[in-house]
Amino acid sequence: MMDLSPLLITFKISLAATAFVFVTGLLLAWGVTNLKRGRAVIDAVLSLPLVLPPTVMGFLILISVGSNSPAGKFLDNFGLRLVFTWQGAAVAAAVVSFPVMYRGIRGALEQTDSTVIQAGRTLGLSEFKILRKIMLPEAAPGILASVVLSFARCLGEFGATLMVAGNIPGKTQTMSVAVYTAMQSGDRTLAYKWVAIIVLYSLLILVGLNCLPSLRRQRR
Amino acid sequence: MNTLNVDIKKKCGDFFLSVKFVTSGDRFALLGASGSGKTMTLKCIAGIEKPDEGFISLGDRVLFDSSKKINVPCRERKVGYLFQNYALFPNMTAFENINMICRDPERTADLLKKFNIEGCASLKPSKLSGGQSQRVALARMLASDPEVILLDEPFSALDNYMHTIIEREIFDILSEFNGPSVLVSHDRNEVYRMCGTIGVMDNGTLIDVQDKESFFKHPATVVSARLTGCKNITALTEDGFASDWGIRLELPAGTGAAKFAGYRAHYFEVVGEEYKGRPNVFEVEVERVIEDTFSRVICFRQKGNESTSPDSLLTYITGKDVDAGSVKYLKLDPSGLILLER
Repeated sequence: MMDLSPLLITFKISLAATAFVFVTGLLLAWGVTNLKRGRAVIDAVLSLPLVLPPTVMGFLILISVGSNSPAGKFLDNFGLRLVFTWQGAAVAAAVVSFPVMYRGIRGALEQTDSTVIQAGRTLGLSEFKILRKIMLPEAAPGILASVVLSFARCLGEFGATLMVAGNIPGKTQTMSVAVYTAMQSGDRTLAYKWVAIIVLYSLLILVGLNCLPSLRRQRR
Repeated sequence: MNTLNVDIKKKCGDFFLSVKFVTSGDRFALLGASGSGKTMTLKCIAGIEKPDEGFISLGDRVLFDSSKKINVPCRERKVGYLFQNYALFPNMTAFENINMICRDPERTADLLKKFNIEGCASLKPSKLSGGQSQRVALARMLASDPEVILLDEPFSALDNYMHTIIEREIFDILSEFNGPSVLVSHDRNEVYRMCGTIGVMDNGTLIDVQDKESFFKHPATVVSARLTGCKNITALTEDGFASDWGIRLELPAGTGAAKFAGYRAHYFEVVGEEYKGRPNVFEVEVERVIEDTFSRVICFRQKGNESTSPDSLLTYITGKDVDAGSVKYLKLDPSGLILLER
């Protein structure tokens, strides 16, 4: 019987990261759509993890929240260490999957007809109410798709996670890291098993994603 | 009654908006071709767009004042804005669209009843017809208790029949409404039926503001004359030669500085050959004849006129009983000329 802990660890990390990225991604996407100036620059900064090498992301995370950084020392007061822990892996996954979530939600929010939003304003609705009652229901399918894609991105995360959380079996070893380890130690059978599992659920997620638009059509 | 006071300027690329008017209860119309800045003006009043400089006030409330850096946000302006495409909230039923604003189910029910759309209460906007959508939008607008009503081409997406019906309903609402209202339109007839005062927009500038009766009798500019539906317009030389039309005009005494003249298409009189060569008389060369629903439109030019300007082609609208072949000479009555200085 193979050790299934990488599967559980991967899902734990991905769920935590996706939840965090959903809230921050939604708020920042909304903020950026309402921005009048500086949009191009802020949008570029928020999308940066999409194009930077995973090693660069891992390096940046290590120096900004590592034990010797001010943020790391601050978190240490609460007993929270990010280096070589699953929480650290979750931070790495969150940072790397953030642009997927943010860009997806922003695109979905921008689909809302601008005259409908203007109408809401002339009718006295607050910006938050316009977001909650008009933009979010309209953007729901697009937001759901962004959550799924972003979750899938977390599941597949390798580089930054390895740099921040390391490769501790039963603690921080995720599935993608497990494949790497198995290959390194010459255990091809184990590598095959993990590869099969990863390909299978990835396929399932993408098929599910493709079924989203038809769900939307039925609702109308 | 509250007074709406607008005096704004805004630059948009190479388009320059400059609008100044005051209106209270008599329903103000902004008439102009598309792209002349009518909608932009409404959006500035509503606070959707921000003017570069100027002043907007409603009653004793200042909505915008660039010199004091006042710019009241859209949602606090109490402006009822009716959008061209209705702008209903797509994920809500007709009832929810209205109730979202007044948060009073009883009042919502009353409004649905007032507009005769109780039957659509539970329908989403995608299931509503144009007329129904417009009524929901109107009801929703009233539910916000606006202090000024702005209508942006409210009939442009409706068919002829629905146009007539909704136009009367909006007229009734505006008559009951105790406050200023501004209608944006490119349709002179609609504006004449709905409004008391008419302002003409030309390329971003409000150029001619008059009450509607005098506006249609004495438009002040070539642009306004065209918007009143005057089909025939010519430049005048100092000695009374209509250079676009290619004939000599005998103007009534005491008409001095006019540089342009207009003549309405149904005012011409068919005359016999004995009038040939006299002032105010065209020797007709028919270019084309258009059959309209209840009239015949004859497009003609003065025989031998070499001017190629679009205005050298004149329009004569007559009854179906007049045969185009029998129209050889047309006389215009100089007292019917619209004389324009610019």
